[in-house]
Amino acid sequence: MNFDFSDDQKQLRDQARKFLAEKCPPKAVRAVLDGKAPYDRELWKGLAEMGFLGVAIPEQFGGAGAGHLELCVIAEEMGRALAPVPFSSTVYLAAEALLIAGSDAQKSKWLPKIASGEAIGTLALFEGTGNPSAKAVKLSANGGMLNGVKKPVADGAIADFAVVAARSGASGRESDISLFLADLKGGGVEIKELTNLDPTRGQAELAFKNCKAEPLGAAGEGWSILTQVLDRAAVLTAFEQVGGADRALEMGRDYALDRIAFGRPIGSFQAVKHMLADMYVSATLARSNCYYGAWALSTNAGELPEAAAAARISATQAFQHCAKNNIQVHGGMGFTWEFDCHMYYRRANAVALGLGSLSYWEDALIERMRKKNAA
Amino acid sequence: MNFDDTPQEAAFRAEAKAWIGANAPKQYEDELRQSSLGRVRLEGADILQVAKAWQKKKAEAGWACLHWPREYGGRGASPIERVIWQQEEGPFGKLSGVFIIGHGMCGPTMMAFAAEHHKRKYLPPLASGEKVWCQLFSEPAGGSDVAGLRTRAEKSGDDWIINGQKIWTTGAHYSDYGILLTRTDPNVPKHKGLTMFFLDMKSPGVEVRPIHQANGQSEFNEVYFTDVTIPDSQRLGNVNDGWNVSLTTLMNERMSIGAGVATGFPEIFEFCSGLMLDDGPAIEDRAVRSKLANWAVKASGLKYTSFRAISALSKGERPGPENSIGKLVAGSMIQDVATYALDLQGAAGVLSGPEAELAGKFQAMLLRAPGTRVEGGTDEIMRNIVAERVLGLPGDIRVDKDVPFNQIPTRGRA
Ligand SMILES: Cc1cc2nc3c(=O)[nH]c(=O)nc-3n(C[C@H](O)[C@H](O)[C@H](O)COP(=O)(O)OP(=O)(O)OC[C@H]3O[C@@H](n4cnc5c(N)ncnc54)[C@H](O)[C@@H]3O)c2cc1C
Ligand SMILES: Cc1cc2nc3c(=O)[nH]c(=O)nc-3n(C[C@H](O)[C@H](O)[C@H](O)COP(=O)(O)OP(=O)(O)OC[C@H]3O[C@@H](n4cnc5c(N)ncnc54)[C@H](O)[C@@H]3O)c2cc1C
Repeated sequence: MNFDFSDDQKQLRDQARKFLAEKCPPKAVRAVLDGKAPYDRELWKGLAEMGFLGVAIPEQFGGAGAGHLELCVIAEEMGRALAPVPFSSTVYLAAEALLIAGSDAQKSKWLPKIASGEAIGTLALFEGTGNPSAKAVKLSANGGMLNGVKKPVADGAIADFAVVAARSGASGRESDISLFLADLKGGGVEIKELTNLDPTRGQAELAFKNCKAEPLGAAGEGWSILTQVLDRAAVLTAFEQVGGADRALEMGRDYALDRIAFGRPIGSFQAVKHMLADMYVSATLARSNCYYGAWALSTNAGELPEAAAAARISATQAFQHCAKNNIQVHGGMGFTWEFDCHMYYRRANAVALGLGSLSYWEDALIERMRKKNAA
Repeated sequence: MNFDDTPQEAAFRAEAKAWIGANAPKQYEDELRQSSLGRVRLEGADILQVAKAWQKKKAEAGWACLHWPREYGGRGASPIERVIWQQEEGPFGKLSGVFIIGHGMCGPTMMAFAAEHHKRKYLPPLASGEKVWCQLFSEPAGGSDVAGLRTRAEKSGDDWIINGQKIWTTGAHYSDYGILLTRTDPNVPKHKGLTMFFLDMKSPGVEVRPIHQANGQSEFNEVYFTDVTIPDSQRLGNVNDGWNVSLTTLMNERMSIGAGVATGFPEIFEFCSGLMLDDGPAIEDRAVRSKLANWAVKASGLKYTSFRAISALSKGERPGPENSIGKLVAGSMIQDVATYALDLQGAAGVLSGPEAELAGKFQAMLLRAPGTRVEGGTDEIMRNIVAERVLGLPGDIRVDKDVPFNQIPTRGRA
């Protein structure tokens, strides 16, 4: 058994950490937080130059052709640094959807642009309140024309193209759903930026009005493709969450060592020590679940649906837990704009929702386990 | 990243599997599979005898304490081979319960500190289960703070004379030997005046009194020492260096990776899969699912944490500190699992005998669970360990650190 990343992969992680420490310090995250830019363009360019955007994209489509384990270690670092770039939308969602369902022409058109940083992509799935569900998809596709409203769409205001979930049939089944590729710069879409919990990653409303779009994957296969995309993105996002959780834990630990109250470091009070120990426990459980998810993702194992749900749940809990208690350890300082704690708290809670919330994945995990058990 | 065995590991696994298939006491397999925390019972058989017989059979074929050196009763197997063995032994591993303390803590301490001729004499029958060992550390005055213990050892010629009382000694009533931590110098701070020995539990002056536990069973005991003589040759480590010796023991406790700690997850998942609620199967209920999912990811998180440790072992590295979270997570989880299983049973959850759901499996689990959160280091002590050893936070302020032992207060409110 070798349930660990390889030395090369660990080296890649170190390289990504170093790069991000330099190019994405908290100051850079704050620039986006404070609304000075919709995302960090310089960083995005840098990530492309490092080959990180296309790390899991095959060489024939302009990527590095490394693999998903490599993407996992980079994702962890992106989460740790709170990188304010459309990485998850573009790389975990749009690129994965293209890799699973795209025609050669579609892949050739978009994947090289993703790898080079020229194109930002996203997934337009949600239509208001609610979790991923075929029933909730109302946006219609008729003769290649999309009509309807998607919101929230992560990074929708800066994306060049979107994978859009649309209703193309009326049978009342999941097979009514098909996916489309919409060029967001080609007209027929009204885009409105929305305020959100975590301004370091934008959210938008996309109103499609007779927007011409081409099918992605076979008609009626939309929901099944989406399910796969969400599972794959769940693992990758879980790595971001674990990276964020670890960083929040470190921040809390460091502050506890430095801050003196009652004549001693607050890290010497058991109430604080035990809070930090519990943060370590949840981060560790999440990391281990993520490793299993990474294995399943990289080998396309039959266990992926379960492994992805477990990684997602565990990592969501860990990041939320570590981010909120990091603020607690910081006392009043944790509740200021100046301290970085709230940026992790915002990200932890925003990223908990994007691919379907905790309750959605809890339900999915047990449903998947039940099915496997019954089989 | 892969779960594959190396060719040697695969060969070893095949050999272990074949031997277990041919030799394990299959007649108990179902009952063992159904056994969970608080209830490991075999109908119409004495579990201690069944356990000893299985251990002896393993020893004869070289499968007992397989990671120990050959001369001490093992087969010199690698840590990873030990893990593979535990995986293959499956439910039959539950029979090792009575040997855990001897094999996991006493044996390694003997190996590190006993004289060579003692190792050769005592370790093989410990490995083979012919002799059972117990750990005599805790006392009324020293559990978490085990260095606060008061049992005296006084030198008399080539012997030591022991007087005092131990408590919570698991298995003392069926143990042949024990490792014993004593105070040899009360005039120095508490950690500096301890000495470790091993002794024959049949020595004159040793009296074992079973303790009636909160769950109705009697696994642990009080052990009284009245002028018990131990030859100096049975001292483990230097005089007054018992604290360091005991750290070896406790370290081994934490290093033992493998079969994994019981979380109760398989039991609660199975229970919910078969249970009908008013409005349909429990497993389809959103609230039930949410609970199950939370426990599922804890159980899988622990499982894959141990896989990470196993991988480190397999590469010849030392496992990281992440392995220390197992008991902390599993202890309170299994307690919550049992509580919830009863909740799902409604008023009938109150029944605990043969009339109860699953013949009272979860009720037994509920009643045994508090002990898990205390034995081998309480939840709070485990959190202190994680905070201090893993996260590097300051140790507790120790008001008794530099005070001679005999000047430390012995009562809280007067
Ligand atoms: C919204 C808000 C409004 C406020 N309004 C006012 C106001 O109007 N007037 C005013 O005077 N102050 C005000 N405060 C300050 C507030 O009282 C302090 O923030 C609070 O007492 C914590 O002190 P601290 O921020 O210095 O954190 P610290 O004392 O440094 O605490 C940091 C962490 O250490 C823990 N800790 C500290 N000591 C111990 C201990 N002995 N045992 C265990 N844990 C310990 C804390 O619980 C916390 O988790 C306000 C704070 C906030 C957030
Ligand atoms: C089922 C079972 C089997 C056992 N088997 C054995 C055995 O075979 N051999 C053996 O030697 N012992 C054995 N023990 C004893 C066990 O190691 C002790 O019970 C345990 O270490 C706790 O000590 P205590 O009972 O004295 O509780 P205390 O140490 O008095 O603890 C009481 C409470 O105070 C808390 N506390 C104590 N110190 C601290 C601290 N520094 N910081 C925060 N909280 C603290 C504890 O967490 C606990 O909640 C067994 C116990 C049980 C329950």
